[in-house]
Amino acid sequence: MDKIAEVVESSTSQFTAQCYELHQAPPLGSLVKAGAGAVAVYAVVSQVITASVEPGRRAIARGKDEVDETAVYRENPQLLKLLRTDFTALVVGHRQETKLHHYLPPQPARLHSFVYVCEAQELQEFSQRFDCLSLLLAAQPAGLGDELIAAFLRQAAQAHQDHHKFLVAAGKELAVLLNGQTSRLNAILRRMKE
Amino acid sequence: MSLELDQESKRLGVVISGSLSKGIEVKLDSSASVEDMAVGRYVTIEGERRRFFGMITDIGLGVADPQITINPPDFSDPFIAEVMSGIAIYGSLSVMPLLTLSGDETSLLQGPQPVKTVPAHFSVVRTASQRDVELVFGQEGRERFFIGTPLDMETKVCLNLPVFVKRSNGIFGKAGTGKTFLTRLLLIGMLQSASAVNLIFDMHNEYGWAGTSESGHSVKGLKQLFPSKMALFTLDEESAKRRKVSADFVVRIGYDEIEPEDIEILRQTLNLTEASVQAVFELARQFGEESWIEKTIALQPGEASDLLDRLHIHEGTYRNLRRGLQKLQRLSFLVPRTSEKAVQKILSCLDQGTNVVLEFGSYRNDDAAHVLVANLLSRRIYEQYQRRTERALGEGSQSPRPLVITIEEAHKLLNPEVSKQTIFGTIAREMRKYNVTLLIVDQRPSGIDQEVMSQLGTKITCLLDNERDIDSVLAGVSGHNELRSVLAKLETKQQFLIFGHAVPMPAVLRTRDYGSTESYRELGLSGPAELKKKAEQDIEKLWGN
Repeated sequence: MDKIAEVVESSTSQFTAQCYELHQAPPLGSLVKAGAGAVAVYAVVSQVITASVEPGRRAIARGKDEVDETAVYRENPQLLKLLRTDFTALVVGHRQETKLHHYLPPQPARLHSFVYVCEAQELQEFSQRFDCLSLLLAAQPAGLGDELIAAFLRQAAQAHQDHHKFLVAAGKELAVLLNGQTSRLNAILRRMKE
Repeated sequence: MSLELDQESKRLGVVISGSLSKGIEVKLDSSASVEDMAVGRYVTIEGERRRFFGMITDIGLGVADPQITINPPDFSDPFIAEVMSGIAIYGSLSVMPLLTLSGDETSLLQGPQPVKTVPAHFSVVRTASQRDVELVFGQEGRERFFIGTPLDMETKVCLNLPVFVKRSNGIFGKAGTGKTFLTRLLLIGMLQSASAVNLIFDMHNEYGWAGTSESGHSVKGLKQLFPSKMALFTLDEESAKRRKVSADFVVRIGYDEIEPEDIEILRQTLNLTEASVQAVFELARQFGEESWIEKTIALQPGEASDLLDRLHIHEGTYRNLRRGLQKLQRLSFLVPRTSEKAVQKILSCLDQGTNVVLEFGSYRNDDAAHVLVANLLSRRIYEQYQRRTERALGEGSQSPRPLVITIEEAHKLLNPEVSKQTIFGTIAREMRKYNVTLLIVDQRPSGIDQEVMSQLGTKITCLLDNERDIDSVLAGVSGHNELRSVLAKLETKQQFLIFGHAVPMPAVLRTRDYGSTESYRELGLSGPAELKKKAEQDIEKLWGN
């Protein structure tokens, strides 16, 4: 398993990690893991930002005379050092020794922990239970949670042998959580299966 | 086999609410389709300490959030439909718990017990397995007669015959719903087990010899099936001959056998006034009980007015009575004197354990004949039974063999106006004291005196759709409302609801097959070819050696 990023800001409910490679953030809704020792914090990628390394200094347009995007980077190799890609992930569980817990860890992920993208087997193990859905539903800003859930479940379904059965079970869990919010439930269900 | 096991233990849902009096509400799992359910089916409920056995009495649809009914989700999408079912929308069952099947010592010894509590919240509900049904209704045997199968099973549901004949019973249902078939089956059961002897007033000539099924084909009557155990009596020899029925005895009733009480019961049928009935008693006293009818009709005008003055009978009353008696005279089975009394003949048959069917022949629609004959014969027979039972009590000897009298169109004999006077009212009320009980067959149970209805031990009812009839049959039964919905949803043919003493719990059943060669064989009866062969063997045995 290769590390892809490093935690640069951490709190109990979420952390931000900076990617080692520009534009190489994991997809929205991916399950990532911070730390690989005795305690690992699991989180779902909720936001990806690529911006200037220096806060307050915005990137400027450079491609007026270039044929395509790759030429911009080729002509300005310093860009790879001046720009960074960060992503924020919402904490949804943790592993202590070998035991997997679907609730927030006692301590947030440590700064400079390495971040890994969970592989199919780990994703399948984590998504046996749907406890994380209620945490994701509460994500801010409004509407983000719905997108996250749909993206997370789409990816998790791929890790399960019977995609359809997994999605139906998840849908039923959502139907219970979103009792009384039929239109919101419908919107998520439609996005889940696409 | 594995499929069968799966079906047997199919989980339906969980208990969500309810009470003992109103029944239990069950939320169906999404895997159980509401369309596969049916009222009248059996379910078991796995409580914490005991198992409950119940019947589905109603089926409904529920939603977790009323909003969904206003903005329904896109159910054309199979995924959304699958997710929603069982969670946001669900099917529900109303189940009436009827028995408990706990595993403790008492219930192992005494079998299923009446239910006195309800299962805990979220107890799992499953379809009842064949074994459960067998445990509840017992296995077919000499005393247990197989009458039908549950709607979706092949398990044999049995009736406890000795318990059945101990009390009067009723078979009800609209015309053409299978009352006659059921009655025939029950009579066969009683005949085979010899749990009672039967006297059948066969109003429509359906039991003794061949009857017809709804589809038009002919089915065998009791005399054909049990030639040695049945005696066929008829009121109308001509009709019997036309139908090629060989009757064992032609019933004739002498005027001397008709008592004033018999006329009293015929008041409505003969259109007599109250005063005419009083006059009957006066005239009977005057002429003697043996010949009053003949003498009354034969009165000459001059002679009549003197007598009527003396007895204080009004001229109009006499005319009314005379008209009534003349109507009776038209019944050809009534004769001035008979050499052989039908009552004695019937009694001697019954004493030998031979069952008697009395066919009415062409008097099938004659109310006067029906009421007069049934009542007159039954009263004499009942009196004999009463005497014998009392003697048996006094001497400590064996009481007479239980007698079951089957009457059709029972509302004519047991309506509230005459039930106090007819012998049938007395038999129904006094029940088994004298070993005589009734099997009432009727299509308008609401026409029968409630007092009589309340005394019936076991009630069997095919489809009824008149409110008053349904109320009348179900009056006083626990779970009245639930059974009501079951009763009104019965199919028009071959389905019936049975409840009362002879079964441990109410049951909706499909009537056992009757009429096919196979069904006769299952009933342990021989076909004509086999009978002939047996007869030949008997002859050979008799003469051969």
